[in-house]
Amino acid sequence: MQELINRAKELLNDGTVVRVLGWKAGDMPYNPEPAFFNSPEALDEFVYNGFCGANLSKYMIEASTLEGKTLVFLKPCDTYSFNQLLYEHRVDRDKAYIIGVGCKGKLDIEMIKAQGIKGIRGVKGAELTDDCETLTIDTIYGEKTCSFSSAMLGRCHVCKGKEHKIYDEIIGESKDTQDQERFAGVEFIESMTPEEKFEFFQKELSKCIRCNACRNVCPACSCRKCVFDSNKFDSTQKANVDSFEEKMFHIIRAFHVAGRCTDCGECSRVCPQGIPLHLFNRKFIKDINEFYGDFTAGETADGDRPLTSFTFEDVEPSIVTERG
Amino acid sequence: MYKIAKENLSALFREISKTQELYLPIKTAGKVNFGAWTEDCEVDIDTLKSVKSPKDAFFPQSENLYTCTTEDKKIKITPEELKSQDFVVFGMKGCDVQGVEVLDKVFLSNPVDSFYQARRNHGTIVAMACSEPEDSCFCKVFGIDCANPQGIADVAVWNTPDYLYWNALTPKGEKLTAAVSELLTESDETAVNSLKDDIHNIVEKLPYMDLSLDGWGGDALDEKFNSPIWEELYKPCLACGTCTFVCPTCQCYDIRDYDTGHGVQRYRCWDSCMYSDFTMMAHGNNRTSQMQRYRQRFMHKLVYYPANNDGMFSCVGCGRCVDKCPSSLNIVKVIKAFSKEGK
Amino acid sequence: MCECNCHENYNLDTLIPKVGIITGITQETPDVKTFKVNAPGGGKLFEHLPGQCAMLCAPGISEAMFSITSSPTNKEYQEFSIKKCGELTSYLHDLQVGDEITVRGPYGNNFPVDTELKGKNLLFIAGGIGLAPLRSVINYVLDNRDDYGTVDILYGSRSADDLVKLEEIQTKWSVAEGVNVHLTIDREQEGWDGHVGFVPTYLKELGFTTDKTALVCGPPIMIKFVLQGLKELGFTNEQIYTTFELRMKCGVGKCGRCNIGSKYVCKDGPVFRFDEIEKLPDEY
Repeated sequence: MQELINRAKELLNDGTVVRVLGWKAGDMPYNPEPAFFNSPEALDEFVYNGFCGANLSKYMIEASTLEGKTLVFLKPCDTYSFNQLLYEHRVDRDKAYIIGVGCKGKLDIEMIKAQGIKGIRGVKGAELTDDCETLTIDTIYGEKTCSFSSAMLGRCHVCKGKEHKIYDEIIGESKDTQDQERFAGVEFIESMTPEEKFEFFQKELSKCIRCNACRNVCPACSCRKCVFDSNKFDSTQKANVDSFEEKMFHIIRAFHVAGRCTDCGECSRVCPQGIPLHLFNRKFIKDINEFYGDFTAGETADGDRPLTSFTFEDVEPSIVTERG
Repeated sequence: MYKIAKENLSALFREISKTQELYLPIKTAGKVNFGAWTEDCEVDIDTLKSVKSPKDAFFPQSENLYTCTTEDKKIKITPEELKSQDFVVFGMKGCDVQGVEVLDKVFLSNPVDSFYQARRNHGTIVAMACSEPEDSCFCKVFGIDCANPQGIADVAVWNTPDYLYWNALTPKGEKLTAAVSELLTESDETAVNSLKDDIHNIVEKLPYMDLSLDGWGGDALDEKFNSPIWEELYKPCLACGTCTFVCPTCQCYDIRDYDTGHGVQRYRCWDSCMYSDFTMMAHGNNRTSQMQRYRQRFMHKLVYYPANNDGMFSCVGCGRCVDKCPSSLNIVKVIKAFSKEGK
Repeated sequence: MCECNCHENYNLDTLIPKVGIITGITQETPDVKTFKVNAPGGGKLFEHLPGQCAMLCAPGISEAMFSITSSPTNKEYQEFSIKKCGELTSYLHDLQVGDEITVRGPYGNNFPVDTELKGKNLLFIAGGIGLAPLRSVINYVLDNRDDYGTVDILYGSRSADDLVKLEEIQTKWSVAEGVNVHLTIDREQEGWDGHVGFVPTYLKELGFTTDKTALVCGPPIMIKFVLQGLKELGFTNEQIYTTFELRMKCGVGKCGRCNIGSKYVCKDGPVFRFDEIEKLPDEY
C-alpha cells in the first residue's frame, strides 16, 4: 500500500496528475470509501486492502470532465469497465493515468457476518501483503478466524483473471481467485422448469426496494438521464406499485447493458437485499457467447461488438423460440 | 412478566393471526424483512436487523390515496379506505420503535395524515430487546436502551435461547396479552434481568457507542450548512436511495398518478432526497448538486428536524446506512468528520 | 371493520382533493388565462386568506401549486391566473367552461393583512404573472379600504399585451381612492404611451418614501433587483414581503422537498418577510 501512496505522491508532485482517485480508510476496518485526493498530504488517508471492492471506473466519467489528469487505481476486473467506457466515449483516456493495482480477491463483510462473526473491531489478513489465505478477526467476543476465500465477494469466485487490460503501470501482485464455474449459476436456472424459474425470480425480486443502487453503481449505466427517472413513463415509479414494476426495471436494465456488461459484479455487491442481479447479465453473456462466439466486453477498447455489428452469419431472432 | 417456550412461538403467531394481521421478520431468499405472517413463512427473530426498517407497517413504501374516474367529463373521487383492521408488528427493535416516534412527529402533527394515523391507531407494537447488538449499532447515542424496549412500544419481549419473555406496557399491550394469555405462563424477571446485563455489557464494547453529538441540534444551522466539509464528504455518493429506503426515520414521499386504464390512481410512495429530481417543483430544482442533496439528508436528521421537534434527532442509530451504503458512506462518518474538524 | 369509533374523528385527509368546476375563463394575455372555479354544486370550494395557494390537478396529467388570485372577499368563486408554460398548464388552457379539475388546499400561510399590514401604507411590486398572488391582497385591501393607508401598485410586464388583469387595473384599481397605479413595459410598443423600462428601474425613478410596506412578487431576477432598489431607497428587510408559491409539492409540510433549512415553504410559507429569508440558508 505504501508503494501506491509513494507513487501517487510522485505523480502529483511532478505534475503528471492533479488528483488521485482511490480509496480512503473508513472508520471501521471494513468500510473504506472511494475518494478523490487533491494533495500529497491528503494521501495519508489512502488505503488499499481487501475491502476496496468498489470499481472506480464509473467515477472516471466525472473525472473526465475535470481539468487535468486523474490518477486512478484499477483492479484487473475494473479495467474491463474502463475499456468499455472508453469504447463508448464516456471516459477520456488522456485524462486518466491508470495504475493497475494487484488484486487477490475482494472481501464482503456480509460474508464474514454470515458466518456468525459479530461485533467486529478489527480484521487482520486483508492487507494483501501475504497469500491471502486466512482472516483473523478481532471481535468483542474474542478472536475469530475464517478463510479469505469464504469471505470473498461472489464475483471473485468467478474471477476473469489477474491481467489488467489497460494501464500505464502496474503495482502489486495479483492472484486468480476463480474456484467456481462462471456460468454454473446461469445453467442452474436454465435447468429449472418455467414455474421454478418464475418462483425463483419472484422471491428474489420481491425483495427489491427500488433504491437504484444497482443502476447507479453500474459502469454500463451511464446514461445522463435514465428512462426510469422520466416522469413521462409510468414505470418510473420509485415505488413498487405492483410486483411487475421491479421485474420490469431489472429486465429492461439487463437488456440495456447486454453486450456492454463486463460482468464486474458491482450490481450484486451493492444490492442491499442481496439479489443476485449479475445472473441476468451473465445469462446474456452466456447467450452472446453461444450465438456469436466468445466475447468479453471491455477486453479491448476497440473492435466490433456482437450486438452492435451485423454479419450474415448472425443468428436469426427466431433462435430464441427454436431453442425453447 | 410472562414467558412462552420458543417451540410454542408458532402457536403464538397463529393465535394472533386468528383475529388480526401480524407483521414480523421473515426470511425470504436469504434476507430478513418484515412481512405478513403466513403458515408457511420462515420467521426469523434471531437476525438482529431486518434489511428495511419495519416503518412500512405504518408508512408503506407505496399506498393508494384515492382513485379518480371521469365519466361525461365529470370527475369522481373515491378516497382509499383508511386502515380499519387491528394488526400487530412483532419484533421491532428499540431503534425502530423510536423511528416510529420520529415519524409520529411528522405525520401526526397538524395537518394530521389520516392514513398514517389510522395505522398507528390500529397497530400494536411488540418490541424486542436486542440480544446481540452489532458493531454498526449506535442507538445508545440517541438515548435508546436496546435491552429494554419502551417509548411507544405496547409490549416488550426478550428473546433467550429457550424462552421468549413478555411484558405488556400499555393498555393495547394488555389487550394483546389477554388475547394470547393461554399460551403465556407467569414468570419472574431473573432471566430477563441477566439478559439485560449481558446486553449492556456488549453495548459498552461496541465501537460507535461513544459517538458524540456535540455541536448538532436545531441551533447549529449556519455553521454546519456552510461548512466546506460537505464538499469532501459527498464525493463518493452514488445518488442511489439505499440509505433513505432502509432508514427507519426517512419520511420523504412522492405523490404520483398511475393510469390503470379505468381511472387514475393517486398514490404516494417513498422518495429519496438523494435522487437528482427529488426537488423538481414548478419553479425548477432548488437542490441541483449532489452535494446539496447529501447535505440536506444529514442536516435534516441532525439540525432541521431537531429545530422543529424540541431537539429530538431524526436518527435512531440503527446503523442500517452503515451496513448498506454501496460507497460506505453514512451518518456516523458525517458526525465524526465534523467532530474531527472541531466544528 | 373494527368496532372502534376512531374513524369518526378523522377529517377527510388534506391530500384528498375536491372536485372543482370551471365556471369562467378569461384570456388575460396571449399566454395567461384566469379560471373561475366553483364547487360542482355551486359556491366556493373552501375559504382562503390572501396569499394562500391551492393544488390544481388534472387527473393523470399532473398537479401543481397555484396561488389563489381572487380575494377572500369574493364570496362567489375562487380565481386562478395561470400562465401556459408546461404540460399541466397547457392542459388547463385547453379546458372549457363546465370542465372539471381537482383542487386541494388551501395551503400555506398568507400575507398578514389582518395583523402586520393593517393600517400600513402598501406598495405592491409585481412582474408578469407575479401579479397573481398580489392581486388577492390588493382586492382584499380595496374591499377593506379603511383598514389601510395609501396603496401604490407598480406593475410591469414584457409588453402591453402581457399585462395580466389590465381591465381590472384600469377600471377598478386606477380609480380607487388613495390608490396610485404605475404600469410599465419592458420595450417600446406602438399604442403604448405609458412608461417603458424594467420594474426595478422604474422603482428607482418613482423613488417611493419608506413609510410603506412593500409586497413583491415576480421572476427571481426581478425580485433580486427590486430588493436592491428598495434597499437603496431606504427600505429595511422588515418592510418587504414576498412569496415562494411555486416551490411546494405536498402542501402539508411532510413530503420533504420544499424546505429551506428548517422552514417548509408549504407550511411556514409561502409568504416570507425578507428578514426571515435572510436567516435561511442559501438554498433557494
